[in-house]
Amino acid sequence: MLRIQTYTLALGGCLLLGSTQLAAAPSATMLADTCAGCHGVDGVSMGPATPNIAGISEIYFTDSMAAFKSGDRYSTVMQRIAKGYTDEEIKLMASFFAKQPVPKTVQRTDPAKVALGERLHKDNCHKCHDEDGALADDDAGILASQWLSYLNHSMEDFKSGRREMTKKMKKKVDKLTDEEISALNHFYSSRLSSGSGL
Amino acid sequence: MKNFTRRDFIKLVGSAAAVSAVGFPAIAAAGGKKKVVVIGGGSGGATAAKYILRADPSIEVTLIEPNKHYYTCFFSNEVIGGDRKLDSLKFSYDGLSRRGVKVVHDTATGIDAAARKVTISSGQSFSYDRCIVAPGISFRDDIKGYDMAAAETMPHAWKAGAQTSLLRSQLEAMPDGGMVLIAAPPNPFRCPPGPYERACQMAYYLKNHKPKSKILILDKKDKFSKQGLFTQAWERHYPGMIEWVKASDTNGGVTRVDAKAGTVSTEFDTHKPAVTNIIPAQKAGEIAITAGLTNESGWCPIDGKTFESTIHKGIHVIGDAAIQAPLPKSGYAANSEAKVAAAAVVDLVNGREPGEPSWVNTCYSIVAPNDGISVAMVYNLVDGKIAKVKGAGGLTPADSSPGDRQREYEYAHSWFNNVTQDIFG
Repeated sequence: MLRIQTYTLALGGCLLLGSTQLAAAPSATMLADTCAGCHGVDGVSMGPATPNIAGISEIYFTDSMAAFKSGDRYSTVMQRIAKGYTDEEIKLMASFFAKQPVPKTVQRTDPAKVALGERLHKDNCHKCHDEDGALADDDAGILASQWLSYLNHSMEDFKSGRREMTKKMKKKVDKLTDEEISALNHFYSSRLSSGSGL
Repeated sequence: MKNFTRRDFIKLVGSAAAVSAVGFPAIAAAGGKKKVVVIGGGSGGATAAKYILRADPSIEVTLIEPNKHYYTCFFSNEVIGGDRKLDSLKFSYDGLSRRGVKVVHDTATGIDAAARKVTISSGQSFSYDRCIVAPGISFRDDIKGYDMAAAETMPHAWKAGAQTSLLRSQLEAMPDGGMVLIAAPPNPFRCPPGPYERACQMAYYLKNHKPKSKILILDKKDKFSKQGLFTQAWERHYPGMIEWVKASDTNGGVTRVDAKAGTVSTEFDTHKPAVTNIIPAQKAGEIAITAGLTNESGWCPIDGKTFESTIHKGIHVIGDAAIQAPLPKSGYAANSEAKVAAAAVVDLVNGREPGEPSWVNTCYSIVAPNDGISVAMVYNLVDGKIAKVKGAGGLTPADSSPGDRQREYEYAHSWFNNVTQDIFG
């Protein structure tokens, strides 16, 4: 941990001290800015498929990147990208995105699905995905206002087993039909948004 | 002293530190706005202008760009294929103006590196503390008979806009059973996968509207970007339609065109295609050459950490015009280089040593609707040179499923939406 503490101190002090001691790692902003091409400026994605990463918890970010690096989490391009960053660099990026507000997106969602999804959310998911999926606590990803296509892909991966679920999530998801999962995805992607509805 | 702000204090102390740390006789001093002039409003230049102000709103940033709108080269092949309208590639500079960038629509005609001054065609000049040059590419005369007039009948479509529309309209006008010829350029050039994605997009249109037609690619190289994946895609979607001829089979590809006669020649044979797309060999954009920023290669040598020219101090060259290998000449790489250069420029004008850089690139190619492939890489600085991070990056796997490639197609379009917002928003 010594290295990280030194680094944090140096970040705070670099304006006054000069920054020759920083040669080891790029700044959090420099690293996070490399994500913008696909995940949007400050992690606010314009969609339709790459997820928002603004506001996600540090744990969720570092766990996800570690799982991409090891190949435990399925992806198309993220496994290839994640391998480009050290664990220290990933921590810096995680701290950057955790500080950003949860974005609001405007998406077309089906009101009937949203209504069904809301009931299913209350019955099954709200304990871990609190505030309609907007609370980024611990290892829960941000679901509220997340891009629908991303939620669909994620649930497809969970269902097919190529992305691991926690035991408590698996117990719930295994009981849900494809229609119900689709309804949940519509519900979450409609949250925070002022412009939902077909 | 009543106007002596905390910022001024930091500048003073910072600049004092910089003299010893960087060894650069900066500038700095309290009072007087720092000035940065950016030449060229494409992926590199527009991003740089924006990111300088994001990092330090006190800097006066002037962007010099002749055109009122920019048409992205990336995704212009979808216009040629017919799935996208040219207008969707069109971006204005209003977003940058709103952020405080002074946008000047004129052509930069000279840079005086000693006097730190940029001159534009109206005769007006702009002094700077640091200059960022992002002029993209210009063409070499490597094909006899191919000039601006010839490009009106044999479009290059390698700078998006009217040329893109022209190539599209020629495809629409050609008869079923005709031949489309693509002359692919030698390395290094803008958008390495571009000619081969273009063949896909042309074949997609022809397959649905003129299925007896053929595409012939006469290359000036013996191999190309994502070759295995493209070859697979041609077989998968357009079997028998696309023929690729490597340079050594024609002793160097296309050497001559006769625009009036409509003929295209190699050393060995002459073709008369229905549609001809000549993509000439390339070099840095004109102003980089005029300003003496290029070396014998025709491109601009730079310091990897800051993208500062190794020929003229105080001038940073980014995007396609720079010698940035192993980074490719891509829109995304230009965007990434711009952020590194912007951070370095902000540090340098404030008398600080630039921090460690980090770059990323992903090049998506749309080989058919709902079918995308990619190559990705993360880069860092090793011993002062840009390097690929070991173990990172790579291609879409050759055994990827249709579902995987459907997702890459969606991510490609997400990248377009996000990177254009990042550049112009």
